[in-house]
Amino acid sequence: MSANHDGANLLEVRGLTKIFGTLTACDHIDLNIAKGEIHALLGENGAGKSTLVKMLFGSLEPNSGEIFWNGQAVRITSPGAAKKLGIGMVFQHFSLFEALTAAENIALSLDDGSPISSIAAKARALSYSYGLPLDPDSLVGDLSVGERQRIEIIRCLLQTPQLIILDEPTSVLTPQEADKLFETLERLRAEGKSILYISHRLEEVKRICDRATVLRHGKVVGHCNPREETAASLARMMVGNEVQAVVRAPVEGIETAQPLLEIRNLSRKPATPFSIPLKAISLNVRAGEVIGIAGVAGNGQGEFFESVSGEVSQQDATSVRIRGKDAGGLTITGRRLLGAAFVPEERLGHGAAPRMKLSENLLLSRHATDGKAFVGTGGMVKSGAVYAASQRIIEAMDVRKSAPDPEAAALSGGNLQKFIVGRELDRRPSVMVVNQPTWGVDAGAAAHIRQALIELSRSGSAVLVISQDLDELFEISDAIAVMHNGELSKPMPIAEATFEKVGLLMGGAEPGHAEHTLETA
Amino acid sequence: MDITVNILLTIATAATPLLIAAIGELVVERSGVLNLGVEGMMIMGAVGGFGAGYLTGSPWLGLLAAIVMGAVFSLLFAVMTLSLATNQVATGLSLTLLGLGLSGMIGTSFVGQPGVRLPNLDIPGLSSIPVVGKLLFGQDPVFYISIALTAAVMWFLFKTRTGLTLRSIGDSHASAHALGIKVIRYRYLSVIFGGACAGLAGGHLSLVYTPQWVENMTAGRGWIALALVVFASWRPWRVLAGAYIFGAVWIGQLHAQAFGIPVPSQMLSSLPYLATVVVLVLISRNKRLTMMNTPASLGQPFVPDR
Repeated sequence: MSANHDGANLLEVRGLTKIFGTLTACDHIDLNIAKGEIHALLGENGAGKSTLVKMLFGSLEPNSGEIFWNGQAVRITSPGAAKKLGIGMVFQHFSLFEALTAAENIALSLDDGSPISSIAAKARALSYSYGLPLDPDSLVGDLSVGERQRIEIIRCLLQTPQLIILDEPTSVLTPQEADKLFETLERLRAEGKSILYISHRLEEVKRICDRATVLRHGKVVGHCNPREETAASLARMMVGNEVQAVVRAPVEGIETAQPLLEIRNLSRKPATPFSIPLKAISLNVRAGEVIGIAGVAGNGQGEFFESVSGEVSQQDATSVRIRGKDAGGLTITGRRLLGAAFVPEERLGHGAAPRMKLSENLLLSRHATDGKAFVGTGGMVKSGAVYAASQRIIEAMDVRKSAPDPEAAALSGGNLQKFIVGRELDRRPSVMVVNQPTWGVDAGAAAHIRQALIELSRSGSAVLVISQDLDELFEISDAIAVMHNGELSKPMPIAEATFEKVGLLMGGAEPGHAEHTLETA
Repeated sequence: MDITVNILLTIATAATPLLIAAIGELVVERSGVLNLGVEGMMIMGAVGGFGAGYLTGSPWLGLLAAIVMGAVFSLLFAVMTLSLATNQVATGLSLTLLGLGLSGMIGTSFVGQPGVRLPNLDIPGLSSIPVVGKLLFGQDPVFYISIALTAAVMWFLFKTRTGLTLRSIGDSHASAHALGIKVIRYRYLSVIFGGACAGLAGGHLSLVYTPQWVENMTAGRGWIALALVVFASWRPWRVLAGAYIFGAVWIGQLHAQAFGIPVPSQMLSSLPYLATVVVLVLISRNKRLTMMNTPASLGQPFVPDR
């Protein structure tokens, strides 16, 4: 594409390339960002979005290519250099210090030597002027994810940047919090600031972005005006082909079906100062249905999953019942032997041992339930059978890999997730509990995993899915319950559920006051 | 009365090397690095301090040599763990083993030689105040350094911007790197500071406590200093309290043994450890405060991606 020399471009990127070993993460990327526009950077996970913005923010050094800032060629060698130019970044991960206060966190990114108290005062004033109230003295570890993002935004604005990079900002917000963010972004645009908005949520890109650049496999595959596109056409550009829609057949006679997973009055004290207590959670998942649990990250979903899976066992044996048997006191293996299967949120180090082969990871999670098939006399492992089973899973889930039986860490996140979900599905469990089934998985694979979960339930299993992705939950669930601050709402049948209702519950509103709160949004 | 004062004086002398070594290690661990080589750096400081003092006749040069020795020795650990990203636990342990062996070799000719002792520094006027004067203002110079060091580290960590940056690196080196903070540089300086402190503590042993060279003369004090840091939940004033509790019970049980109290001597010898742990556990009951002060990235190697 031709470089624009009319001076309206704040940032121009030409031929930017970054190579990691044999992988070309960014391949001759061209990108122009005009003054006062919200520019979307679209792409699947692994398309090179993060690598690109890390180069723009100076955390990574490009192998080749040029960056022009206000028409001048620049080299951005460090985040400090980026800040000096006027580039600010709102990170999604790893950028706040939990054990420090909001003001201390802000102070760390400002290079002037002004005392913390004056920074706190400035941050407070700025946050109120943008309608993002913030208490500078609060400890970050105590704040919700939405509040943490406010700190990031205020921290970024205090540096008076001309270009603000936002990396997947709404992935952790309730729909209402996201609306508030969009207002702020529109106000910043009106002030003449440019915004680079990274997302894979197409609806919101259509709503607020002026232009979009689409990446696929490290290359720019197109520029467009998202307002003139449909979500389906944008998805096609991102993925490269049509994404198969997930089919969810209605279930018959679910009212009389047997509950296979029963959770009764499950409570748990916080294990660390920053974790959430569970408050008297009750839920039944019946044979043949998928129940979704929505909620903003950090509202007790992790603690809930640990309690249900048996990573942390309960005092009260009746608080978790699997197929009619008390399982509260059992370990994860005991619960698996009752017919349950679990997929945790964290893939590496939790769902799989990173430096072990896929077949070994299979044996680790199923040595007890499939003892007869995998372990022979005298405790000898039947490696042939384990290997054959792992190949069966790899085939069934279409896991892409570089070696016949690679180490778990060698797989991309999405492919490893397919293997971990497939490993559990392969057992045909009667109870399946999954935390964030498709986090970081590309659209095609995500559709595959979702369809597999629905089919498992329709074949007579109880499926419980915890997810932050509302689109996903609406796609696969027969009923949605919402977790907020360690409490779980009653499951709402999918026919009655709307984004607004679920969003309000995610924000902690009482169901009865729903209409009232909507007025102000 | 004089006996009490003398006992209290020996308590301070016993506590000082622990305090200095622990304060140094506290700074290192606050930056997220776990250096288990304190014992090794301390013994290198002891032998370096004694050697320089013995050869030049100046205890002050000896003290300086002890500090330099500890710092240089810690640099070895820094290069290994920070530049080459080796395992911190293994590297720290081998640093201790290396230090113990190397110091024995360097010190072969010093065994049995008379050393030089740092003179006490009486602060004119104040030191003649009865009882308190002798205790607070008639001590050896390293005692004053240890107290000043504790106060300075407290001020640095919690009142200065640089100290805040250091703590942030200990909390999350990935976040700090994302903000453009030079993680490795801060950690190098912290490790070297910790090494200098350990060296100084060793110098105190061979130039003040027992002015002579004996192989293995640190006798596990480096390990106690390490434990103090953890049990004090990475807070300087608690390290000070812990060091003095340990020193007090240590001296107390020595006197008790001398009096012939009918308790097995092994029991008495274990008392200082027991008392220190019990007291520090009691004062760190506030789990929340402990969590906040624990460097979350402690011991994890950091390799920045470029």
